[in-house]
Amino acid sequence: MLASLVGFLGNVDLAEEAVQEAFALAAERWPREGAPHRPGAWLLTTARNRAIDRLRRERTLAAKTRLLTSQAALQEPASVDDDDPSTIPDERLELMFLCCHPALALDGQVALTLRALGGLSTDEIAQAFLIAPETMKRRLSRAKAKIQAAGIPFRVPPEHLLPERLAAVLAVVYLIFNAGYSGRADLATEAIRLGRILARLLPNEPSVLGLLALMLCHDARRNARFAAGELVLLDDQDPSLWDAAQLAEARSVLQRTRSLGHPDPYVLQAAIAVLQTERPIDWPRIVPLYDELARLTGSPVVELNRAVAMAQAGAPEAALELTERLELLDDYPYLHSTRAELLRRLGRTDEARAAYQRALALARTTPEQRFLQRRLAEL
Amino acid sequence: MQYALLIYDKPDSGAGLSEEQQRAISGEYLAIARDPRAVGGAQLQPVETATTVRVQDGRPLITDGPFADTKEVFGGYYVFEAEHLDAALEVAARIPAARLGGAVEVRPIVEMPR
Repeated sequence: MLASLVGFLGNVDLAEEAVQEAFALAAERWPREGAPHRPGAWLLTTARNRAIDRLRRERTLAAKTRLLTSQAALQEPASVDDDDPSTIPDERLELMFLCCHPALALDGQVALTLRALGGLSTDEIAQAFLIAPETMKRRLSRAKAKIQAAGIPFRVPPEHLLPERLAAVLAVVYLIFNAGYSGRADLATEAIRLGRILARLLPNEPSVLGLLALMLCHDARRNARFAAGELVLLDDQDPSLWDAAQLAEARSVLQRTRSLGHPDPYVLQAAIAVLQTERPIDWPRIVPLYDELARLTGSPVVELNRAVAMAQAGAPEAALELTERLELLDDYPYLHSTRAELLRRLGRTDEARAAYQRALALARTTPEQRFLQRRLAEL
Repeated sequence: MQYALLIYDKPDSGAGLSEEQQRAISGEYLAIARDPRAVGGAQLQPVETATTVRVQDGRPLITDGPFADTKEVFGGYYVFEAEHLDAALEVAARIPAARLGGAVEVRPIVEMPR
């Protein structure tokens, strides 16, 4: 079906989107109205009409993005025969909230988001998460079955639910990004693409812009993180290997959050990441951002990163003291590698050695192990 | 769609609450029962009154006590008519048990043919 649409439209992306929309509409309508007699033909016609509508809209409308009110979202989506482009909603936002509904198991949310919005095939998703294709297929079926059986609504949540539901969507997108961060570049690209769609549809939400800026910034440094298979720390990275265009986009997206008010964890993380791309890194400017982030999230990992920033800004003793209060992270390799580095700087070599050894025992990847072994040898 | 809202109470969640607070909580349950979308429901008597039946080899096995030997106790349910899951979830969130250490399970009901 996709192929015939591509032939008709001459545009793969448009065809894929149209197909996805047709399936989403089917998932929403068929349980209520019953499946049509010829589902294949219905899907094809629906997909083709939606593609035509989109072409018309993009020609006649200026970039008209708006957050749909719950009333509009709860209404029947405009019939595919509707000639008035301004009443046809872009339903990707609804689809995003549907896929990331808290009633779905998290792995189902991730799989469904990648399938319905990311356009990845089931096999590709399975591969990305190192899971057998059959398992992934079952996971997707379970999620879709739950949507239908439990009556999960196809809509943008109303105002009072929006903050937590949006947080869930962003968490899924960020999860996908992180899954792609340490290797699967296509996942990271997908996450960024979803982030851009969200930013276009929700341009005034600081958390949405913050996450996009954060992902763009991290991804821009992808090629500098390893040299000949060895881990390269941020300070030592070669800036010429960074994607300048992506960094510029990150900065400009971040800039847009300035006027949007209340502090948001993603915005803070993005601001930190962007500051870390300057040479030299202005650590004293970064420390208060971590202070704020720690206050907002209460996360021990944030506290650990805060300790690193404090040490870099010239207060290694205070930083070390902070790490001593992070017992929750006792099984977290980076706690011990950070402590080892701080102890080393303070000349407490024996303690540093013990900490490096602890970190080594907990290290998760071979490049990390090699890095720690080198540090241990240098003591 | 019809949803069952299955209410699990944390035992002794009433302890430490004043009579007035307990009355207020009962009032909340009553108000939910009076919601026009509530088409059924019941409060069960305390878990000490429960008896469990199993049948093995054609013979009924009767034991004292509830089915599940869990901390939380199944205490009652509502049947709600709702347009979609979110509507049912919003009602469930207002059920006192949910904020007093218990939980509410929301499950769609199998529609019987008429």
